[in-house]
Amino acid sequence: MPLPPPITDLEELKNHPAIARVLGWNRQAIESAKFDRDEMTIILDRSAIREACALLKEDPACPFDFLSDVTCGDWYPAEPRFEVVYHLLSIPNKERVRLKVRLNSSSPAVDSITAVWPGANYFEREVYDLFGVRFNGHPHLRRILMPEDWEGHPLRKDYPVEGYR
Amino acid sequence: MAHLTPTPVLEPAQDRTMILNMGPQHPSTHGVLRVLLEIDGENIVRLMPDIGYLHTGIEKTCEAKFYQQVVPLTDRIDYLCPLTNNLCYVLAVEKLLGLEIPPKAQWLRVLLNELTRINSHLVWLGTHALDIGAMTVFLYCFREREEILKIFEMVSGQRMMTSYFRVGGIALEPPLGFFDRVRDFAGYFPEKVDEYEDLLTGNPIWMMRTKGVARITAEDAIALGATGPTLRGSGVDIDLRRDMPYSSYEKFQFKVPVSQEGDVFARYICRVQELRESIGIVRQALDGMPEGPIKADAPGVVLPDRERMKTQMESLIYHFKIITEGFAVPAGEVYQAVESPRGEMGYYIVSDGTAKPYRVHMRSACFANLQTLSKMCEGKLIADVVAAIGSIDIVLGEIDR
Repeated sequence: MPLPPPITDLEELKNHPAIARVLGWNRQAIESAKFDRDEMTIILDRSAIREACALLKEDPACPFDFLSDVTCGDWYPAEPRFEVVYHLLSIPNKERVRLKVRLNSSSPAVDSITAVWPGANYFEREVYDLFGVRFNGHPHLRRILMPEDWEGHPLRKDYPVEGYR
Repeated sequence: MAHLTPTPVLEPAQDRTMILNMGPQHPSTHGVLRVLLEIDGENIVRLMPDIGYLHTGIEKTCEAKFYQQVVPLTDRIDYLCPLTNNLCYVLAVEKLLGLEIPPKAQWLRVLLNELTRINSHLVWLGTHALDIGAMTVFLYCFREREEILKIFEMVSGQRMMTSYFRVGGIALEPPLGFFDRVRDFAGYFPEKVDEYEDLLTGNPIWMMRTKGVARITAEDAIALGATGPTLRGSGVDIDLRRDMPYSSYEKFQFKVPVSQEGDVFARYICRVQELRESIGIVRQALDGMPEGPIKADAPGVVLPDRERMKTQMESLIYHFKIITEGFAVPAGEVYQAVESPRGEMGYYIVSDGTAKPYRVHMRSACFANLQTLSKMCEGKLIADVVAAIGSIDIVLGEIDR
């Protein structure tokens, strides 16, 4: 069964609740969007993530009230290198959306969304621990899985699978 | 490194408080969870979980394996529900590939997943009751769990690390006698649940230790990312099996138990009710099991039939290629979530078009659920910490990955 091609035209996608909500707030916040394999991905401007999350959480028509996951991808050696990925779920509407921000490799940092969802705490600490992405405004940003004195960030692509010996 | 904050040593905030270290080796932490408690007499002022003792870097390892080689790794994340993790992973890869799975394989997956849920809940119930001081329940639960493990051994050759599902279907036809054995089990299991409930549900000691203890509101549970019985125990009616069905769950009838109180007892009742619902799903799967193949028709992705390999050169070539080179997965990304016994288990897989996943991230239910522990315990008595830890049903392998 061949996969249908992804839809990337914002005009076609503007009826999706999450995109409509962000477009109604700030057109500039959306860098691009993609609908692929029944999943919606919105790539946001790095500075817009916290406000966009708060906005989507309070959406009266389709509140994305639950933060499922925060994680990261490393596209080394491409720039922007890091992609922080947020998965939101709307418990009343049973709808999911994926938000992304792209970060450059030199001191990657993005606003923390712990003010919107306190549950982002552990997830952001994990991303910080394993990728070295900093979250501005995080109440407690330190390593969570690796030992405190560990050097390097293991899930980066330039970190060997066997570790340094 | 300069940007690291100093090692956290929890300092007592006031003169009258002291720091108590619990774990990582502590029988009631179900693994290697360390909890730092700041206490004022018997009351908890602050609680801080410390995790990572079981971190094995599974996500990193996945990036170095072929897609089919990741399946055994997913077993080892959550050793109480390996089949749930197998399922979530293969569903995600199948979504990336756009594969259609034959009905029989889907129903078998549902059947085995519900047995896994029962298995996991039995371990939880036994150890949770043991923590609170009810020894008998533990022995009873493990008696029934043994039968489930024997069923798993029968079908996959392993009691715990099953690795039974494959991308595109399941590994083998279930052996002769498998369905009869499951039917026997489904026949007598509801009585056993009555037995556990006789020992606990109306028991005054059990009620005193669990009712009103470690309460959490629905708003807090949602804000902290709790899922599964931890969330449903606070009155939020969500179950991914019913609300965002996968693997033919929409064809099964079952209720989603929800309790309103948000305390240890509410979570206990939710899980015990789930035991009954799960055995109902098992029975429906047995009665309506469709006939047909157990693997998708996808040469190049699904290993060919052994018999055909002896006569057809193409099958032999495909077999050799899959084993030595893996199979390429079209570039893209998916997030697939399933309702594991502990909540939302999600796999986020990124493919760059090669035969190895570019990124595999496991959204672990316990990892998020553990964040609720501070909220449940702060301001409460130290004796209830053990009940609270038991009630969120943590598996450290899944938290630390």
